[in-house]
Amino acid sequence: MTRIGVVIFPGSNGDDDALHAIALVGAEPVALWHESASLDGVGAVILPGGFAYGDYLRAGVIARFSPVMRAVAAFAADGGLVLGICNGFQVLAEARLVPGALLRNRGLRFLGRDVSVVPERLDTPFTRALASRGPLRLPVAHGEGCYYADEATLDQLERDGQVLFRYVAAEGGRAEPGDERANPNGSLRAIAGVLNAAGNVAGLMPHPERAAEAVLGNDDGLAIIRSLVEAAGRRAADAGPVLVGTSR
Amino acid sequence: MTAAPSSSFRFAVNVTPKAGILDPQGRAVEQSLPHLGVAGVSAIRVGRRVELTVEAADAAAARSVAERLAGELLSNPLIEQFAVEELGGASSLVGGPAR
Repeated sequence: MTRIGVVIFPGSNGDDDALHAIALVGAEPVALWHESASLDGVGAVILPGGFAYGDYLRAGVIARFSPVMRAVAAFAADGGLVLGICNGFQVLAEARLVPGALLRNRGLRFLGRDVSVVPERLDTPFTRALASRGPLRLPVAHGEGCYYADEATLDQLERDGQVLFRYVAAEGGRAEPGDERANPNGSLRAIAGVLNAAGNVAGLMPHPERAAEAVLGNDDGLAIIRSLVEAAGRRAADAGPVLVGTSR
Repeated sequence: MTAAPSSSFRFAVNVTPKAGILDPQGRAVEQSLPHLGVAGVSAIRVGRRVELTVEAADAAAARSVAERLAGELLSNPLIEQFAVEELGGASSLVGGPAR
């Protein structure tokens, strides 16, 4: 069975939902403590939402220097799949594992509501199980989600297909500048999620793991978790049986 | 192993948003000014100030530690700039001189 790790920092609060969503798609969830220098041989890692280390100093920065993040960086450099959700995205950005930075929301408030996003690509380890490029309704819950990179970097991200998700109007139309219903935090180019250059590390502000069960009203996010689990399974199969379940 | 003789140096690291970077905090502060009846104040930028004491052999070595922390931890060079300011001279006072 594919094993997927979820890192728990002091202040993480999306870890239980992420572990639960992993189990929902038939993989084995593995909790990884922030002081652990090992990833316990998991096939992919999720950095969950929350307020790691209280988000003191800057969201994600203290977490970046934790022992587990050294292991995550080495895992990512080796092609390992890493998904950062919300605060996890902030940690990845601070660690320079994905491009850009997340600034305070333009609208001067913490946001907790559903938004619509579209995947820009369906051929990534994070989106392959999505049925279409149609909009997904996913919850956001953040105070610092305004995606920022300089213009040259933004152009490069667009050119190289590193924009993974974009905020859109509820019916799927483009989020016009200043439309806070559609682009809730004022992210540049309405970017809600990005990939690293190699395509094995992704960060997104919305919470797919909080929209993973139809009985709770919405399972739009489950296919993102399923994509990750299936990609991790494929990667393990490609690497041969030796790597499965072994510590790296 | 004997430690080299060292002194304590107190620094402040002032971190501010880079020019051109959106600063919603600064904007929020600015929007409050009319409520105070204040006019003619603009370009408010909110940053943070971090004070620290560094033990090192000399001021230059201490400053290089402060600069490294400022660049790697206390600021994000994508969006922020920093300035390191030494507070007073070498001191053995814990917490540095009173200000």
